[in-house]
Amino acid sequence: MRKFTLAIALIAPMLGHAAWAEDTVKIGYIDPLSGGGASVGEGGLKTFQYLAEELNAKGGILGHKVEIVPFDNKTNPQESLVQAQKAIDAGVRYITQGNGSSVGLALEDFVNKHNTRNPGKEVLYFNYAAVDPSMTNEKCNYWHFRWDASSDIKMEALTSYMKDIPSIKKVYLINQDYSFGQSVRSDARKMLAAKRSDVEIVGDELHPLLKVTDFSPYIAKIKASGADSVITGNWGQDIALLLKAAADAGLKVNWYTYYAGGAGGPTAIKQTGLDHQVFQLTEGFANSGNQAAMDYEKAFRAKVNLSLWYPRAVNEMRMFKAAAEKANSIEPVKVAAALEDLKLEVLDGGTGFMRKDDHQFFQPIYVSSFGKLAANEPFDEENTGWGWHLVSKVDTPQAMVSTTCKMARP
Amino acid sequence: MLELIVISTLNGVLFGMLLFLLSSGLTVIFSMMGVLNFAHASFYMLGAFFGFQLTKWVGFWPALLLAPLLVGAIGMAVERYGLRNTHKHGHVAELLLTFGLAFAIEEIVSMIWGKTPLDYRVPALLDFPAFTIFSTNYPAYKLFMLAVSVVIFVVLLVVLKRTRVGLIVQAALTHPHMVGHLGHNVGRVFMVVFGVGSALAGLAGVIAGPALVTQSDMAAALGPILFVVVVFGGLGSLPGAFIASLVIGLVQTFAVALNGSLASAFGPLDPSAGPSVLTDIWNVTIAQVAPIVPYLLLVLVLIVRPVGLMGTRES
Repeated sequence: MRKFTLAIALIAPMLGHAAWAEDTVKIGYIDPLSGGGASVGEGGLKTFQYLAEELNAKGGILGHKVEIVPFDNKTNPQESLVQAQKAIDAGVRYITQGNGSSVGLALEDFVNKHNTRNPGKEVLYFNYAAVDPSMTNEKCNYWHFRWDASSDIKMEALTSYMKDIPSIKKVYLINQDYSFGQSVRSDARKMLAAKRSDVEIVGDELHPLLKVTDFSPYIAKIKASGADSVITGNWGQDIALLLKAAADAGLKVNWYTYYAGGAGGPTAIKQTGLDHQVFQLTEGFANSGNQAAMDYEKAFRAKVNLSLWYPRAVNEMRMFKAAAEKANSIEPVKVAAALEDLKLEVLDGGTGFMRKDDHQFFQPIYVSSFGKLAANEPFDEENTGWGWHLVSKVDTPQAMVSTTCKMARP
Repeated sequence: MLELIVISTLNGVLFGMLLFLLSSGLTVIFSMMGVLNFAHASFYMLGAFFGFQLTKWVGFWPALLLAPLLVGAIGMAVERYGLRNTHKHGHVAELLLTFGLAFAIEEIVSMIWGKTPLDYRVPALLDFPAFTIFSTNYPAYKLFMLAVSVVIFVVLLVVLKRTRVGLIVQAALTHPHMVGHLGHNVGRVFMVVFGVGSALAGLAGVIAGPALVTQSDMAAALGPILFVVVVFGGLGSLPGAFIASLVIGLVQTFAVALNGSLASAFGPLDPSAGPSVLTDIWNVTIAQVAPIVPYLLLVLVLIVRPVGLMGTRES
């Protein structure tokens, strides 16, 4: 009898757990939680966990509890596939990932193969930050959805802004040596040549991804080139260390970046003393002026103790919920169909939509600069006393680029 | 051009000295005890995190003294309760112990301080540009790092070669029983040597923390290059490590500055051949492969001169 009670005592919680698991929508978060990308990976994880809690507090998605399950991929494509398989084995049907397009491309291919081989057990890949344009062009895939603007959309917005600044004459490109960095450099060359043929590219550097500990030699080269502006897609420690080395050497140029706002970036910019000379491209930012977004930012910071780097993560989760409700199902195949051409009021204001042709989300893009805060700008970054300031906004219709995607639909 | 050469030389020397600061402890431990300590970079990381925490509590300068002492104490404990027991099972066991320790320390550090970079700043006293060459600033803090490295080099060399303590330490390695019979506590000598080596790593951490990024993967990022320095310089040779640090710092810095590729030297490949693996290799610039150049040096040295530049130890 005692044995029986013991067995019940052991098994009962498991049964309860199993019942829960069926009710839960598990989202596998596959991103770096160690190595050089850990700082951004951690930030992303905390953001998604916050969003899941927020959803759960309001009854989850169609009554299902949302759970974020973290997997560490060390920014390594091979490791990501191992982790993705682990995630699927653990009952995950939605994968979200962002840091590293090399990882993104591997996952996109993996999810496609998995879905072909396992009909009825499809997995969706929600991409919140891997911005290599090929992911929605020649390598596009029905099971992949991207909420961040691809690198060519960002470059289109950036060069549209730069073309009206006559003081830009010599541009230096420095990027990480992998698919994303290479697409930044080639887009920059192509679009600058089209919009500002008088601008000279005085340097075009590729360095290893998340491996460099001291950027002073690169800064010396930028200085020697006589550049007045630098364009870089660097992220993670690579942007923080790059700016830090520039600060140490006292290099005074304008920086046009994709991710200067990531961990360590703002502190380094403050050290450079480059007041409103570092620019960033985002789909939203703390001081955007949109009251709802600013209230959201305030609540987020109070709880998570980080800036909201990823307004697109908010858009992604809200849209996931909207699509599930539209399909009245959390079944990935139905959610995927519902996501196509779905419209959403984005966090920082304006309408975005998920284009059916390539599963790229289009939304307003902002150019902001980092420096002393104006009166109506309440948010600083990393306690520097400096924050992001609106420079230019590109609305959804102008932020659209064409695609070469020929999608095979199930 | 002259500007780039002068500045690259300076950057190379500064980076080289940082490498020496990091590898001096590793060299001491290796030359004295024959233990290749895989956890050395982890002690360096501990130094940076302790430095950060103590700076918050008591300020940078006391932290500069206290953090290395703390790391040294941990090092001594590792030697006394870990390495001493595995020593009798040979080098492989020791190596594995330090290898495991490195992972354990990384996990513990990221559990306590998290994985995001810490806001560990240069002390206000040294936060100004020391001098300017060709309109490039050199922060006073980097000169401070340089000075500390040189001082450590000189002090270590003098202690090991010119004092009684150094004599006993060296003798204890080759003739432990004889030294023991002379009344010296050999076990304690080894423990102290390991402690000093760890403390040096800790010191490097406190100093390098604000200059580089202080986060839980900093050990993994710098660990491999330390082994290059120690092996390239000559196993167990302090002057060797000093020279190797300089050479690697300079080589890496100048490699970044060079834009040359096979294509620029010999002309591009015939475009009619189309894109292939060959054209990729042909167009890679020296700057692109700069970070792997030190490892190439390591491989070369091991093939041509296995004892390293100035090494004497047969390994």
